[in-house]
Amino acid sequence: MSLPAFAELLERLVFTPGRNAKLALLQHWFATQPDPDRGIGLAAITEALRFTAKPAMIRDLVMTRTDPELWRLSYDYVGDLAETVALIWQPRAGVNAPPPTLAEIVAALAATPKAELPALIGGWLDTLDSSARLALIKLVTGGLRVGVSARLARVALAEWSGQPVEEIEEVWHGVAPPYDALFQWLDGRAPRPDPRDTPIFRPLMLAHPLEDADLAALRPQDWRAEWKWDGIRVQATAGPGGRRLFSRGGEDISAAFPEIIEAMDFHAVLDGELLVLRDGEVAPFADLQQRLNRKSVTAKMQRDYHIVVRLYDLLFDGHEDLRALPFDARRAALEAWLARVAPPRMDVSPLIPFDTIDALATLRDGARAASIEGLMLKRADSAYLAGRVKGLWWKWKRDPLTVDAVLMYAQRGHGKRSSFYSDYTFGVWREDGELVPIGKAYSGYTDEELTWLDRWIRNNTTNRFGPVREVERGIVFEVAFDAAQLSTRHKSGVALRFPRIARIRRDKPAEEADDLATVMALVENRAG
Amino acid sequence: MGMPPHPSTWLKVTPAGLFCEPGGFCIDPARAVDRAIITHGHSDHARPGHAHVLATRETLAIMTTRMGEGRAGETQQALPFGETLTINGVRVWLRPAGHVLGSAQVCMEWQGSRAVVSGDYKRQADPTAAPFEAEACDVFVTEATFALPVFRHPSPDGEIAKLLRSVALFPERTHVVGCYSLGKCQRLIAMLRQSGWDRPIHLHGAHVALCRVYESLGVPLGELRTATVAKKDDLKGAIVLAPPSAVADRWARRLAEPVTAVASGWMRVRQRARQGGVELPLVISDHADWDELLATCAEVQAPEIWVTHGREDALIHALSLRGVTGRALHLVGLGEEEEDPPAEDAAA
Repeated sequence: MSLPAFAELLERLVFTPGRNAKLALLQHWFATQPDPDRGIGLAAITEALRFTAKPAMIRDLVMTRTDPELWRLSYDYVGDLAETVALIWQPRAGVNAPPPTLAEIVAALAATPKAELPALIGGWLDTLDSSARLALIKLVTGGLRVGVSARLARVALAEWSGQPVEEIEEVWHGVAPPYDALFQWLDGRAPRPDPRDTPIFRPLMLAHPLEDADLAALRPQDWRAEWKWDGIRVQATAGPGGRRLFSRGGEDISAAFPEIIEAMDFHAVLDGELLVLRDGEVAPFADLQQRLNRKSVTAKMQRDYHIVVRLYDLLFDGHEDLRALPFDARRAALEAWLARVAPPRMDVSPLIPFDTIDALATLRDGARAASIEGLMLKRADSAYLAGRVKGLWWKWKRDPLTVDAVLMYAQRGHGKRSSFYSDYTFGVWREDGELVPIGKAYSGYTDEELTWLDRWIRNNTTNRFGPVREVERGIVFEVAFDAAQLSTRHKSGVALRFPRIARIRRDKPAEEADDLATVMALVENRAG
Repeated sequence: MGMPPHPSTWLKVTPAGLFCEPGGFCIDPARAVDRAIITHGHSDHARPGHAHVLATRETLAIMTTRMGEGRAGETQQALPFGETLTINGVRVWLRPAGHVLGSAQVCMEWQGSRAVVSGDYKRQADPTAAPFEAEACDVFVTEATFALPVFRHPSPDGEIAKLLRSVALFPERTHVVGCYSLGKCQRLIAMLRQSGWDRPIHLHGAHVALCRVYESLGVPLGELRTATVAKKDDLKGAIVLAPPSAVADRWARRLAEPVTAVASGWMRVRQRARQGGVELPLVISDHADWDELLATCAEVQAPEIWVTHGREDALIHALSLRGVTGRALHLVGLGEEEEDPPAEDAAA
């Protein structure tokens, strides 16, 4: 029964917007499915397991059984090849075989020569209902796309098993589908799998935002300060078992940054920030974005966006685990290691000397480079602990920039907000008197404000485009954001980093909102 | 005795709809007429203002509830299944269509030539509607709402089981099922009862009146409550039925973390389901699917099939492959009440 069960799981995941509901569905899967199918399902969902049958092969298969005109009309209507095949497939009469299990599918796909794949897949399709047919086709063509990250799957494993998610993250990259050893451990039938030399992810130490109350209690001599660089936090791990670059959430992003992997000719685990350098200076985040989420990368991309890792911490030197040492000791070890090994494309994030907290506050307020989000404060004696432990590391972001912008379009949210117009596109006035959009925000307001905005939007709609409503120019938002950058993707030519609604300016008429020139003056990467 | 006249000589497409010329009556007319025969109570088939209305007893009761006393025909005439009437020399009788309670096919015979207008119909089991009965004829007039080979409705019991599994998995959440107020709503309730769901079922206000009509016509529905007055906590783990337009809109805010389901044949296509923000699509339809359409057209043995509304291209093409003549009638105004994808923000 396991492919139909898997199909039902996929269908629920595809249609379920809420994170908690997705977690509940995954936990139900882990709790009810036999091995190895639960592990194969997990691998398929997180795309750790991918098959690459061509969609055209599936289409050719269905065409041997379908009238071409009826196929054309159906495909026109449905729009998706895999779904059309799944729906239109007419099982041969008299087929009585049970549907395959995931394990049978994986084994047979591995053992079958390419030329015999159509017959194999056709035979399976005959045993399945339409939803299981769709699951099978998506599985063999490698396109499940159900909106579940490996990170979310690990959280579900943690909630289901009662093991801390950090522990699961530590072993995750040391286990492989169908994850027998992982499930044996989580079932309580075996000890935690030992990754040995496999390059695994160690959960990162994270910081809390610093509030004014916390600030007053800080004694300068107990703390170390660094810039908070605006890049991507990474963990670089290398040794005899291989080299990996992991994102903050434990995703393996090695393939997108081959030049870093090449530079990692050492045996250590490092914590740092992935940045783009331009003429020796850290470039704005938008540049780094060009390099993210790529499965491979061209030589030109590597030349145009020079990637480096600015190091924060040393977790392992060879086999030696430094995480229990105080920050100062690790820092000394990091500097010594860097002097000794000197890998290309890596430098250290400098410590910022300071005598008083006030002096630090002045430094923070003066930091206006696009590449700096603010300051990091780390306690001198802090061990390197997984997760967000309060009181050891603080992030102290500089005050946001603000602009008064006019609400232009509203769109419904997801999940709990699906009945509310909660996503707002706002704009500022251009010289010619036209309002041009500069960004989109869906946070920062209270529940009461959301209810009020929702009603206002419904009563002041001037136009509809599918789920989007255009509204009267009647609401001014004070929008807070961390930085403004030039952008070719927006009509206004500018993009905001982390925009959120700071206030609804009910006192301000739309004509008095800011103009584009005001926003442009805040842009940090203007030419010249 | 010559050859019987071809049905196209006496059953004609007029601006009001299908008109039986010798009988002087229209079937499901789109505008007010003198004499109307109504197949079933959906508003795209049953319109107000006719002088004389002939239909099943159930359809007349449904029409009166929906339109108000006196608007559902100045005079009403009930024709039970199995009885025949002669109107100006045209023999007329009704056969169950299996679509909703009271739904009928209109069978007509004129000078030895027989035509059957089936209205909307389905072949799946439905505890609230008498099952479809095939009548052999010279011309069979069919709908084509789901006339594409991608529409093959799964077993409705399996879909109900899917709903109940979801209720078990999310016992703190309200399951709100979007469904049309005439037919689908009561069928869902009756199927839930058959599956052993004996807890109260909550209704959106728009669904209450027709449930009462069904009960008064002898269809038991168990304990029903109005969701509109229920407290949020009372709706945890409950099943609520509401119009499709209400399930993802403001009305649904009163529910406890709702799981949004919609029961419709359109849910078979994912993109359709996702457009409406549906979390749990249930493929339960009151219309014939592709296989049922073709099987029915074969069963009535008609050499000629007329298609009223829907996806006539595919059906006519498939019939031609079987040596049957198909003709698209292009009737206006049909297919507008139920099984249409929900319009955003439509008044509930």
